[in-house]
Amino acid sequence: MWGRGGERRAPRVASPSAGMGEFKVHRVRFFNYVPSGIRCVAYNNQSNRLAVSRTDGTVEIYNLSANYFQEKFFPGHESRATEALCWANGQRLFSAGLNGEIIEYDLQALNIKYAMDAFGGPIWSMAASPSGSQLLVGCEDGSVKLFQITPDKIQFERNFDRQKSRILSLSWHPAGTHIAAGSIDYISVFDVKSGSAIHKMLVDRQYMGVSKRKCIVWGVAFLSDGTVISADSAGKVQFWDSATGTLVKNHLIADADVQSIAVSDQEDSFVVGTAEGTVFHFQLVSVTSNSSEKQWVRTKPFQHHTHDVRAVAHSPIALISGGTDTHLVIRPLMEKVEVKNYDAALRKITFPHRRLVSCAKKKQLLLFQFAHHLELWRLGSTVATGKNGDTLPLSKNADHLLHLKTKGPENIICSCISPCGSWIAYSTASRFFLYRLNYEHDNINLQRVSKMPAFLRSALQILFSEDSAKLFVASNQGSLHVIRLLEGSFKHLHTFQPQSGTVESMCLLAVSPDGNWLAASGTSAGVHVYNVKQLKLHCTVPAYNFPVTALAIAPNTNNLVIAHSDQQVFEYSIPDKQYTQWSRTIQKQGFHHLWLQRDTPITHISFHPKRPMHILLHDAYMFCIIDKSLPLPNDKTLLYNPLPPTNESDIIRRRTAHAFKISKKYKPLLFMDLLDERTLVAVERPLDDIIAQLPPPIKKKKFGT
Amino acid sequence: MVEEESLRVVRCGGSELNFRRAVFSVDSKYVFCVSGDFIKVYSTATEECVHILQGHRNLVTGIQLNPRNHLQLYSCSFDGTIKLWDYIDGILIKTFIVGCKLHALFALACEDSVFVIINKEKPDVFQLVSVKLPKSSSQEIEAKELSFVLDYINQSPKCIAFGNEGEYVAAVRDFYLSVYFFKKKTTSRFTLSSSRNKKHAKNNFTCVSCHPKEDCIATGHRDGKIRLWRNFDDEKKYTYTCLHWHHDLVMDLAFSVTGSSLLSGGRESVLVEWREAAEKNKEFLPRLGATIEHISVSPAGDLFCTSHSDNKLIIIHRNLEASAVIQGLVKDRNIFTGLMIDPRTKALVLNGKPGHLQFYSLQSDKQLYNLDIIQQEYINDYGLIQIELTKAAFGCYGNWLATVEQRQEKETELELQMKLWTYNKKTQGFVLNTKVNMPHEDHITALCFCNAEKSENPTLVTTSKDGHFKVWILTDDSDIYKKAVGWTCDFVGSYHKYQATNCCFSEDGSLLAVSFEEIVTIWDSETWELKCTFCQRAGKIRHLCFGRLTCSKYLLGATENGILCCWNLLSCALEWSAKLNMRVLEPDPNSENIAAISQSSTGSDLFVFRPSEPRPLYIQKNISREEVQWGVFVPRDVPESFTSEAYQWLNRSQFYFLTKSQSLLTFSTQSPEEKLTPTSKQLLAEETLPTTPFYFILGKHRQQQQDDKLNEALEDELVQLPLTENIPAISELLHTPAHVLPSASFLCSMFINSLLLSKETKSAEEIPDDVSMEEEKESVDSDEENNFTEQVQDTNNTDLGKDIIHQLSKSEEKELRKFRKVDYSWITAL
Repeated sequence: MWGRGGERRAPRVASPSAGMGEFKVHRVRFFNYVPSGIRCVAYNNQSNRLAVSRTDGTVEIYNLSANYFQEKFFPGHESRATEALCWANGQRLFSAGLNGEIIEYDLQALNIKYAMDAFGGPIWSMAASPSGSQLLVGCEDGSVKLFQITPDKIQFERNFDRQKSRILSLSWHPAGTHIAAGSIDYISVFDVKSGSAIHKMLVDRQYMGVSKRKCIVWGVAFLSDGTVISADSAGKVQFWDSATGTLVKNHLIADADVQSIAVSDQEDSFVVGTAEGTVFHFQLVSVTSNSSEKQWVRTKPFQHHTHDVRAVAHSPIALISGGTDTHLVIRPLMEKVEVKNYDAALRKITFPHRRLVSCAKKKQLLLFQFAHHLELWRLGSTVATGKNGDTLPLSKNADHLLHLKTKGPENIICSCISPCGSWIAYSTASRFFLYRLNYEHDNINLQRVSKMPAFLRSALQILFSEDSAKLFVASNQGSLHVIRLLEGSFKHLHTFQPQSGTVESMCLLAVSPDGNWLAASGTSAGVHVYNVKQLKLHCTVPAYNFPVTALAIAPNTNNLVIAHSDQQVFEYSIPDKQYTQWSRTIQKQGFHHLWLQRDTPITHISFHPKRPMHILLHDAYMFCIIDKSLPLPNDKTLLYNPLPPTNESDIIRRRTAHAFKISKKYKPLLFMDLLDERTLVAVERPLDDIIAQLPPPIKKKKFGT
Repeated sequence: MVEEESLRVVRCGGSELNFRRAVFSVDSKYVFCVSGDFIKVYSTATEECVHILQGHRNLVTGIQLNPRNHLQLYSCSFDGTIKLWDYIDGILIKTFIVGCKLHALFALACEDSVFVIINKEKPDVFQLVSVKLPKSSSQEIEAKELSFVLDYINQSPKCIAFGNEGEYVAAVRDFYLSVYFFKKKTTSRFTLSSSRNKKHAKNNFTCVSCHPKEDCIATGHRDGKIRLWRNFDDEKKYTYTCLHWHHDLVMDLAFSVTGSSLLSGGRESVLVEWREAAEKNKEFLPRLGATIEHISVSPAGDLFCTSHSDNKLIIIHRNLEASAVIQGLVKDRNIFTGLMIDPRTKALVLNGKPGHLQFYSLQSDKQLYNLDIIQQEYINDYGLIQIELTKAAFGCYGNWLATVEQRQEKETELELQMKLWTYNKKTQGFVLNTKVNMPHEDHITALCFCNAEKSENPTLVTTSKDGHFKVWILTDDSDIYKKAVGWTCDFVGSYHKYQATNCCFSEDGSLLAVSFEEIVTIWDSETWELKCTFCQRAGKIRHLCFGRLTCSKYLLGATENGILCCWNLLSCALEWSAKLNMRVLEPDPNSENIAAISQSSTGSDLFVFRPSEPRPLYIQKNISREEVQWGVFVPRDVPESFTSEAYQWLNRSQFYFLTKSQSLLTFSTQSPEEKLTPTSKQLLAEETLPTTPFYFILGKHRQQQQDDKLNEALEDELVQLPLTENIPAISELLHTPAHVLPSASFLCSMFINSLLLSKETKSAEEIPDDVSMEEEKESVDSDEENNFTEQVQDTNNTDLGKDIIHQLSKSEEKELRKFRKVDYSWITAL
């Protein structure tokens, strides 16, 4: 049943009483997508953003103020294994990796500003000074290098005393006078002024009485009172006095490596992650209520990971952890959360908040985007019919039509297949590819459209018009290119330049089915609507506090539906240049509280061609049809109404019916769209399948097994 | 002679020692534990019971050292009083009358009041209140000034703990922990997610303990977790950490004195020491035998004590080595074997801890030893079907012991094993001789030895549900390696495929009676011929026994339908029958008497009768409210001489019986206080004596007395042993400060004299050689005097005896004065 095949089903997606028919659903489980493991996380207190780097070199930026929406990402690169990530000087993001380069990212244009070789071999660690003016990297050759951060670049300043082995972890004293560097078997304390090591603190190799070969100090943290906290491969968290270079306290917490450490800004709590997947929280508590003496106490363990926790971060209200099992887990600290809202719940982010699947409706094709290749599948079909809820047998299995590998080491940023199925476009960080597909019986002929213009180098988003005659490309300079596609060739029609002064890139595109309107949205500013016929900016939807997660333009009415990361949905009439009456009503009344507490952002919106009152949208855990003709639910009504028993009368059903018809049958849902009036396609990616493809976790003896 | 009061049913020892946490004295020399209505003081070094503090009229529910005077002990009881004891001397100092049932007691150093748990209104609502103890010199004081502290708490004292020298009190119940701060007068409450959430279904709190130095509360939970709470003075910022090793509920927790380690225990029977409260840093003391119910820590920090569900205290050294075991009567399991008497030790024998037979001394209320029958490691787990020791019997004056063990997992899978143990004189214990696998096809219903004096060959009979009875005899099993004996089956008998239910040998061993459901068959034990059958058609035979001595021609059988039949073996006819719903039918081995206990709706009644006549000798109605399961006659070492006809049956044996709730009861005419021997006091005196040369002489002196004691009657014991403190010469010698004592040379004669005075004439010969003849002569006079008084004393009761001691001391004083005169003249001569 889970095999490679598009199962056809005829489930009742929503209450049929509203005159909504039943759908046949292609339940696709052959999208073999495995996210990369998380290597580093860096929390920026000023902007409340979180930078996450993955093992394939991808760097993602999450906006913690906007319901942890992944608002930006930098595509990975095969040779750039990120080992360290840090924020400096407010908004500047640096990463360093095993290729020995320090990279700064441009957060506006969403590309790499520059890469600079540190000349110390692979870089294992990096730390920005508390003042933000200096950057420190620890290298394979045992050197600690200090860089000066200038407004537009970084500049090498000097080397510290070279150590015998690689520097795996670095931490600044909050005053910026000393640094602690974790190496193999010892921790060094440097004086920043002189650059000389003033203490060398040897870490015990003993592990549960057995002498291990090496003790790797995976993480250090320097506290303002001079205490150095170290986390090492023998499962210890140790407290050192940096003034005397002596061990103060030892906590043996794991049978495996303790791989990461992060301290809160107040220095009253810190968090460590272990290779067993456990995250331990340590807190500074007073010994007795009437004394000022305080001690560090290990408090709660959290087991949200199955694999190594490679990186942890400590935001003022939450513990953030990520590791090999690819989940980013945000565990709020209950004592810091004032009101019970979105922040008070545990969040687990597994899938990217962007689309990896595109669909050619007419030909029933699905294009899957992987890091380094694309896959094209044709859906299976069935001749059988069945009752509601039946699983129908396939008469024809799904076909894997195409496996398109990228050239070069760069990851694919975005991809798209045209609605007619005869064009495929994708882009990496430096190149744009367009292919023409010819179907001859069962054979496919793939032809690359060569001689792409120079301005089409890298795209953040690609979209074909409904008639597949036009291609819209959002480039990373903020401009939008409109290209007319001809048989085997193309013609550049126009480029919408960004408004003067902004360089913000457009990440989301939507085109109206009649091809007249193009909506484009960036990460923060409002949605721009362009008139494609007249090739000019039509209007700009007023900016909203939260980033846009999905866009779509309804057929006939040309209403633009916008979903934001705070789960709000707006409907904006493009011809009238104002919000529609329905949108105003729902804003006035407010969304259901459970709707606002949902976990993941809405990633796709579509419309039913025959039912103009319906809006179809989905996030990772639910599929929803909003019926604008029905009354809106208030907080007292049941949002997730279970399917009413069929024997109940229509009156009761109608009474309980409201505008939101939600199905949670398919999850985790990566993509869902309407193929035709009566057919849906749902692309699922069960978590168990992902875990099955990960390396085995550290085996732990479980009691009773 | 002993005054004959009415016969009463009394509890005879075997009370729970594990009802509450044991308490150590400050110097760790003694450990106190509650035991029924008493408090027992044990020596931690010797495991001996040093004192029994008696005075409460109901179950003692809490004990605690007086924090202001560590030589005193507070106790509380269901009788509504708090008593203060001097435990060194075993004296009750004060009684505070509170009035309501007290469930637990806590005493704090900084308060002049103690805390108790009471329940006032509803039966399940318990409150922690503080009781102000008024200062008064009188013995009995009313303490009615109660002030309320916490409501709706758990009644167990394990669920209350005081922390930081009484700054706060933590109480747990169900799913929440409440902490009351005395200074701020505020309560913080922390609730764990309850059973509605499946993952946290077993989150219930089970016990609580407070860190002695830090603000840290440890709580135990039903799922085996231990939580360490900190920052609990802030309801928002509180935090806790988890320690998880136990797989079943945490029964008790205790911090060490310095707080550096935490001890926990539970059903796993493993004491876990968590060092520095770290999950990875723990030490274990495994195989403690039974569920750990309580853990306590000595104030000196050198000893721990665990109380176990098998009525045992284990004293554990700081380095986790068990140093002493104080074992009471094991009571937490079903008794299948019934009550037996080991003919050698006269100990009561019954099922003990799993797979063991326990030998329990009724006299000293102490377990003598455990005999491991099943000889397999006991695995404590729910739902596991264990091997049960179901039957046991002694034969041939304690030379042989037969045991039967069984395990039945399914209807068709029965594992049976019979073991025969021989008494080894060298090792003074039972040694396995023969193991018989599947001696029968089905459950063994009874086994008995032929205990006739003349029988040269030991014989054992087993009956089984498979319809057979088998006769096992001891045969020569020697081979080339060694001479040996073993048991083999000699004869298999059956009767019309009926299930064999009971068997019994006649007193002389010539006849064997085997009951087959409703029919009793009589077999000749020489030829194994069926002699005759009796059938009354009155239901299956439940008990069967032959009469003894003059009544040996009678056979008694009790049926399930409540008929007691007595057949005459000579006439082969029913002599008499009576309607009696019998539970226990037990013959007295020393007389013709047979005790029967019947069960009625109101309780159990005792009937004592002789088979020769259907009229009972003695009836005691309502000996116990619950069902009596087993009974046994224990032969007395010294026969009593009850003159009253009704009590004559108790002259040669004492009758013990065990109820369903496993209380061991007996009949007594004496008050319980009298029953106990005063040995405890002597032991104490011995301990307070310094080990000087005097001590050794004294020690010898006592030993002699004890030797004498053995030859003398029990009643005399009280008088015969004048306590060393009561001899003024000695007490003067020991208690006067050294710098005011006269020189040793003339103290010596005085001392020797004092020893002689209290002796009989014959002991004069045993005086050490270095005593001069002169002194001996002097002592002879007094000896005569003494002899006389002793005779008087023999014919008098105990009260008179005390007077005599007093007289003795007077005569001694006279002697002393005489010596003083001599001494003075001697000094002037110098």
